Amino acid sequence: MRSRKAKDIICRVFIVVSAVFSASILVGILGLLVSNAARFIALEPLDDFLFGTVWRPSENQTETHYGVLPLVVSSLLVTIGSMAIAIPLGIMTAIYLAGYAPKRLRWKLKAAIELLAALPSVVVGFLGIVLVSPILTNILPIHTGLNALNGSILLSIMALPTIITLSEDALHSIPQSIREAAFAVGAKKWDTLFKIVLPAAYPGILSAIMLGMGRAVGETMTVLMATGNASAFPHGFLDSVRTITATIAIEMGEVPHGTKHYYSLYSLALILFIMTFSVNLFAEHISSKIKKFR
Amino acid sequence: MRNLNKPVFIEWVMWFFAIQVFFVLGFILVYIFCNGLPVFSWRFFISAPSHGMTDGGILPAIIGTTWVTFFTVIFALPVGISCAIYFNEYAKDHLMTRIVRAAIKNLAGVPSIVFGLFGLAIFVVSISLGTSTLSAGLTLGLLTLPYTIVSTEEALRMVPKGQREAAYSLGATQWEVIKNIVLPQAIPEIATGVILTISRAAGETAPLLFTGATFYITGSIGYPMDEFMALPYHLYVLSTQHQYLEDVRPIAFATAATLLLFVLILNLVAIWIRHSYRK
Repeated sequence: MRSRKAKDIICRVFIVVSAVFSASILVGILGLLVSNAARFIALEPLDDFLFGTVWRPSENQTETHYGVLPLVVSSLLVTIGSMAIAIPLGIMTAIYLAGYAPKRLRWKLKAAIELLAALPSVVVGFLGIVLVSPILTNILPIHTGLNALNGSILLSIMALPTIITLSEDALHSIPQSIREAAFAVGAKKWDTLFKIVLPAAYPGILSAIMLGMGRAVGETMTVLMATGNASAFPHGFLDSVRTITATIAIEMGEVPHGTKHYYSLYSLALILFIMTFSVNLFAEHISSKIKKFR
Repeated sequence: MRNLNKPVFIEWVMWFFAIQVFFVLGFILVYIFCNGLPVFSWRFFISAPSHGMTDGGILPAIIGTTWVTFFTVIFALPVGISCAIYFNEYAKDHLMTRIVRAAIKNLAGVPSIVFGLFGLAIFVVSISLGTSTLSAGLTLGLLTLPYTIVSTEEALRMVPKGQREAAYSLGATQWEVIKNIVLPQAIPEIATGVILTISRAAGETAPLLFTGATFYITGSIGYPMDEFMALPYHLYVLSTQHQYLEDVRPIAFATAATLLLFVLILNLVAIWIRHSYRK
């Protein structure tokens, strides 16, 4: 009898320790980023860092600049571009999936979306190099196809499954009774969808979009391979850009441990972390609001 | 009386856009396989690269990815399942639980390169594991942990509550209920989660960049404490940094096809398991 209780307690301890450990990882990551970023901020004036328009931390030159603005703008450019493609496409597919698709097609479409989400980011980046880039140089009067437009197209492929699945969940969670009430007063299928279901699911869809955006901002390999990585301030979609993620990926491999440049990369990571964290937090806040409402 | 639900023009437009998903997926698969499959051969899978990576196979990369994925799973699986069991079976709903839950959920949204930095600082430097398959595996384990927890929780939730209560009423301890009643029924769904975790871990590159992936190997690799080759990293270098980019293009395609095939098979198996068990 005692050994059964003992087993119970041992397992209980192990399980609680695992939970606490998992929760502390996030704290650990934040702590690491903040402590290293603090060492950088001590060496560099904050407004030069946040508002400077040149990022050129090469140590062999006498002038080193640590302005993050070109990197942040690059990240935002590629993300907004990808959202411009993924949001309309994603929401329409979600609407179709939630309201119109026949049962057999629905299951297959969902499987296809899942497979699309499972594509490794390197493979998508590789496609950007070998497929999208030549197409872009053929259609448009530009020299290289590795630019923000390329990155946006690829990122939309990666963000699309997130947006579709979560939007479809949001649409699905609208109770059928609301739809039936609309039918009862004579509304057609399209009307109920557009004027009643969609506005009701709006918070959930917004949350889906935010999470898709978070995914796009945090993506590393795809943009690393497909956007050209020029760290100058971007002037348009056809410019070669370098996102925050790509900068960290490229420069971390070359930088000696413990230098100012090394700590600046952790500051970049902190900015990235804050961006994705706030987007995710906001998305969660929205979706918790609808749960309360329901 | 005309059919009020007859498809309107906009509905055809929606159908068209939804079908794009099939098109995009299909096109990507066909493109990579058409260019990559012709390069497949026994030699490709069994031999190491030679002649400065312009010839030979990708065996070290396959082995490297296997090792890293192995470490990822043996770390993420026990911790993840334990966590899920804690949340679903033990935790009461007070502020502490909600904070911990939120922390794990937000961990899922952290970009993979931040995990790479974390892995670099903790596993490579602080604990002095160095750049190795172990460091990379542990880093990827952290990366995939939230996903493992969430999918296991889903699996546990599917077991009806009544079964647990019946077992309690017969005198079972909490752990006995979990071990003998809940877990056996949740195994198919948990297996699906594990398979998808493996698929994700195999395709991730960013966390590997600083924790041990390398391109050129001199001599043989000592697992688990040496630098290693990995499939996704191999593809990355082949397509962006190689000296003879055009020459190695076919090998790059074949590497992409290998990775894609692996991921595809894993996901199809997972979808199939889920489909046959959820009926």
